[in-house]
Order: sequence, then C-alpha cells, then structure tokens
Amino acid sequence: MDQFAVKVFVRLRPSVLDPAGEATKSASIKLGAKGIKSLRIGKMIEVKIEGNGENEVREKIDLLCDRLFANTVIEDYEYSLEKL
Amino acid sequence: MDNFTVGVVVFPGSNCDRDVSWALEGCLDIRTKYLWHESSDLSDVDAIVLPGGFSYGDYLRCGAIARFSPLINALDEFVKSGKRVLGICNGFQILTESGFLPGALVANKNLNFICDDVELDIVSSKGGWFNNVDERQTIKLPIAHGEGRYHCDSDTLKKLVDNELIALRYKNNPNGSSFDIAGITNKKGNVLGLMPHPERACDETIGGTDGLFTLKSLILK
Repeated sequence: MDQFAVKVFVRLRPSVLDPAGEATKSASIKLGAKGIKSLRIGKMIEVKIEGNGENEVREKIDLLCDRLFANTVIEDYEYSLEKL
Repeated sequence: MDNFTVGVVVFPGSNCDRDVSWALEGCLDIRTKYLWHESSDLSDVDAIVLPGGFSYGDYLRCGAIARFSPLINALDEFVKSGKRVLGICNGFQILTESGFLPGALVANKNLNFICDDVELDIVSSKGGWFNNVDERQTIKLPIAHGEGRYHCDSDTLKKLVDNELIALRYKNNPNGSSFDIAGITNKKGNVLGLMPHPERACDETIGGTDGLFTLKSLILK
C-alpha cells in the first residue's frame, strides 16, 4: 500500500457571488492594500490516504470530491497529490 | 386521518423539530413522531418534515453531512412512493444537497443572518401545498437564515419556470436568491422545500396563521 497526501481545493464557481470574498476585499482595501482586483474565498481540505498506486487513490478522491467535498452545483474543485 | 402520522426528523443540531411538532399537534391535531436521523424505518409515518436548524453544525456546507444519514438514504423510496416530504430552512438545504430538489442554498448576499417576516407570492400550488384559489395570493411567513440565497444555473431556472416548480417568491428579495425564489417543489409535487418557516406562523398570538395551510396539506394524498 502506498500512502499519499492530498490537498483538495474547493472554490465557488465564478458565476456564484461570494459575499464573504467581497467583504474581505473591502477590508483589505481598508487595511491599505492597493491593487486588489478580485478576492474570492475557498476551502482547502487535507487528506492522508492509502491505496494501491496513484490511479486507485485518484479514483477515491474523485468520488469524495464529487459526492461530498464539493457541491458541483455551486463549486469547482481541484487537487494535488503527493506520494509519502 | 385519525392514524395519519407525520414523521419529524431530528438531526444533531436540528432546532425547529419541536416547533413543527407543536404546530402540527397543537394547532392542527395531526399526530407526529420524532424520527432520529439514524433510523431508516419509515414504515409507520405517512409524511415527513425535515425541520430547520443546523444539522451537524452546518459543517462543510449546510445539509452536506445530513445527506449521508441512514434516514435520508431511506427517503428516496419514500418520495418515489408519492408520500409527502416538506423541507423547511435547513430541511430545504438538505433536500437540495441530496438531490431531491435542484439548485443550492448559499450565504445571503449581505452576509447577515436575517430574522424577519417576509411577504411571499404564491407562484404555483403544485402538490397542493398552498392556497392559491382565494383572491389573495400573498402570504407572510417568518424567515431566519444565514444561508438562504437560492442559486441555480439558467437551464435549471428555465426548467423550474417551465414546469411550474417555483412555489414561492419573495416580494422584496431579502437574501439575493435567483429569481426571488423562496420555495420550490419537485416535478411530482410531493416534495416541497422552502426557506420560510410555516410552523412559526400557525397561531394569531405569535404573529399570524399563514403557515397553517402548508402544514395541513401534509395530510393530502
């Protein structure tokens, strides 16, 4: 069995308004940061998982992302995978 | 109707379960039974209410974890058999997360938790959930949510409109919902999800009775 560290990034789809991102953008500008064109907030999920090779682990992670980590009606996801 | 029993689902974090039960039993004389979320035996209830609250602490997304409970797994067959399911607030979020209703509910546009009475237009009474026969087709119900902004893509919205699945629209959109949507049904009409709380509008002494009709319609066949 190989063990992998997976980082899953879940983001609101570009078409979905992100009011928390807008509020944080507004606070960033109040802090004095200049040049911020856009700010959107997502989630990062870290998973340690084992399986027989990268392909099998990718299948498991795809299922988790599709069915649980992201709601694909409003969110997109991507992930990176590192063999431990 | 004597034996008709409405199952009120209790998740860890539900907080409107007792209100629903009070409204059904105390105001409408309809028998209720609490159903713990780990139960999958729905054989002795005739209709189901998924009440408001914060199931599983709203972790990950509202309704996302509740979707995997044994009870929600058993709900598919219940819905297919034509029995009625009403999802209120967090219950509506669970119904969209689990795919019984299209779209999703996301953070209110102004990021506030909104607790208010809102005017609603009855757009469709598919499934008989609302009284749109009278001249007056506007009702007033309380809302109490932080994540009640209904979102769907344009194709889904077109399907909702074309199939008359939009039950309620806000007169003055409080949360930024697409097309002012406050409640929708499935195609068959036996599943209704809505953000407003009909169970909190069942007695004049607490501000109105516009919620009675919807709760009473749980007993429709």
